[in-house]
Amino acid sequence: MKTKSLIFVSAALLLLISPALRAQSFLEGGRVTGNFQMDAQIYRPDSAIGAAKVDEKMLMNSFANLLYTNGNFSAGMRVESYLNPIQGYDPRYKGNGIPFWYGSWKNDQFEITVGNFYEQFGSGMVLRSYEERNLGYDNAIKGAKVRFTPTDGVVLKGLIGTQRYFWDQGPGIVRGLDGDFALNDIFDKNGTIGTRVTLGGSFVSKFQENEEVFAGPDNMLILPQNVGAWAARFNVSKGKFMLDGEYVNKMNDPSAANNFIYKNGESMLLQATYTTKGLGVVLSGKRTDNMSFKSKRSEEGSVLDINYLPALTRQHTYSLAAMYPYATQPNGEMALQGQLNYKLKRGSKIGGKYGTDIALNYSRITSIKREVAEGDTAIGKRGTKGYSSPFLAFGDELYFRDFNIEIQRRFSKDFRLLISYINLKYNIAVIEGHPGEPEVNANIFIADGTYRLNDKNAVKVEYQHLLTKEDDGDWMQLLVEYTIAPKWFFTVADQYNYGNSDKDRRFHYPTVSAGYTAGSNRLSFTYGKQREGILCVGGVCRNVPAANGLTITLTSTF
Amino acid sequence: MKKALFLSLLLAVSIGLFAQESGAKQTKIPSVNIKTLDGKAFNTANLTNDGKPIILSFWALWCKPCINELTTIADVYDDWVEETGVKLVAVSIDDARSTSKVGPLVNGKGWEYEVLLDANGDFKRAMNVNMIPHTFLLNGNGEVVWQHTSFSEGSELQLIEMVRKLNRGESIE
Repeated sequence: MKTKSLIFVSAALLLLISPALRAQSFLEGGRVTGNFQMDAQIYRPDSAIGAAKVDEKMLMNSFANLLYTNGNFSAGMRVESYLNPIQGYDPRYKGNGIPFWYGSWKNDQFEITVGNFYEQFGSGMVLRSYEERNLGYDNAIKGAKVRFTPTDGVVLKGLIGTQRYFWDQGPGIVRGLDGDFALNDIFDKNGTIGTRVTLGGSFVSKFQENEEVFAGPDNMLILPQNVGAWAARFNVSKGKFMLDGEYVNKMNDPSAANNFIYKNGESMLLQATYTTKGLGVVLSGKRTDNMSFKSKRSEEGSVLDINYLPALTRQHTYSLAAMYPYATQPNGEMALQGQLNYKLKRGSKIGGKYGTDIALNYSRITSIKREVAEGDTAIGKRGTKGYSSPFLAFGDELYFRDFNIEIQRRFSKDFRLLISYINLKYNIAVIEGHPGEPEVNANIFIADGTYRLNDKNAVKVEYQHLLTKEDDGDWMQLLVEYTIAPKWFFTVADQYNYGNSDKDRRFHYPTVSAGYTAGSNRLSFTYGKQREGILCVGGVCRNVPAANGLTITLTSTF
Repeated sequence: MKKALFLSLLLAVSIGLFAQESGAKQTKIPSVNIKTLDGKAFNTANLTNDGKPIILSFWALWCKPCINELTTIADVYDDWVEETGVKLVAVSIDDARSTSKVGPLVNGKGWEYEVLLDANGDFKRAMNVNMIPHTFLLNGNGEVVWQHTSFSEGSELQLIEMVRKLNRGESIE
């Protein structure tokens, strides 16, 4: 494996070097850019909050990207070190190496990439490879990719490869084709038609060699080695209206994620938006049924995903509001979401001198309806058709519900205030996999004010309060931040679990932080206690264990 | 084996540095295919403001400081445009979960920026953005002359000062 990657890297470098050696002019236009990030944590054991003893005392993740571009040619690589991976990261990341490199060249019509790459077809429900470095998520594809634009408005893509599995590649081969057709750019080049229509379609398949999986003592399953999936999508817009949607269907794909059932999977996403100056409305609906799609059958964790199933919920940013985050249940869910953004005009009676921004958001996610499939005796039994499910029916079990309102207003040149109220219902038994635990019903209040002392100095005070009878009970948080623009920040915060039903677990989680920014270089320190929780970025979540200690983060772009 | 890898890396870097020395100092915006708010394909090499400066700001709906930065600038944006001719291009790195909510939020807040959607982070990676907000200042030729990460109250004053300097032809540090 190592030898292979060496050969690849050398080949990529040769590609990079040889034309450069031949042509001075080629060399002249070349650029190297890059970035670097390091997260180091120094730990103190703290048995009370559940922070485990770390033998190394100090753990560190770091990565650096180097990109070389020269006209239509580019190449790049990423060096990663996890010595050892910081707490909460998958320990299989342990080590050093160059897991990502590529070479790419293009002309007016073609773009060819070899090596590792990221790609998304449509909304990603059939194929998406991407990374969330802060979560340690990376399902980059290693292989080859071609993008072809035969004429204006048409984009065709084809790719083949295997997916990243920590320092290795997964066992399955992923193959994909995608076409995107902007009808107006093809047939109406003068733009006489006011309605824009874009259509698209994809086909993705994976191949993984057969393996032995049993549904009973003498019942070895006959598994498909090739699993195909297709998707169709549309986008229609006219003036202030836009409607878009995508439907995905996956052939039967028995896997650990669906308990080896032979049911087809499907997912549909529909979104309608209306926007005009000062007003925005979005309504979305989504059905997901048996849509876990991985390039390794036996895999259950969040690795080797071929597709991405976006959650139709608002991603909260305040820490107590983010305590109960939702991620799509790939085995089945029905989701509805609505959002309204409205600006009360500047200078109006209620809007005030600077106007007031109001945002309302509601989402509700339930199970899908499942019935015993024809010829089967039970739902979801290994080696059977699994179940049947009516397409438009909502299941009885509530997974998640979120109603929230946020009002932001600038009262004067120097003072700005945001207030927010959130009501959440969170099915902890399903979402976190803790059967038997009661549903969490939480009310959250947030007030966040920023006062400018002068052009450079500002104070921010943030107050959050979470009330719930379930789980760990009530929490409050106070945070004070002082900033000196554009370089410095200092923060003191405390999270207090004052309402824990266990009086001995009513802990404080105090932290102090400071940071320095110079251009695109940033160094920050945080010292204190961090509660156990779920950290979510861009739809992927990871468990962050309780910790007590010092975190140092350095990031730099050049 | 590791040594060999390391050497190749060194080689690549040194070639790059060598190449850089002989070229001009500034980096032109890479050409990446992303989308506009209404779903049209857009190549980032076509970013233009008729020879005037561009502020390129990477943000996302889930990034509070990003929203604060763009809201703060929105209050003075008309004055900035009038005074310097600058244009702000806000690149959202929200993924499929939220791309459809970007337009309504932008309009709902009354922002007048040009907004682009980088749903799979391709432009973000090409621009070496690790954390957002990350703001670039481009000169009239589309070359990066200055960049800054994070936002604190008052940072926007430094940003517009950089634009003014650029317009006056002064060097930017």
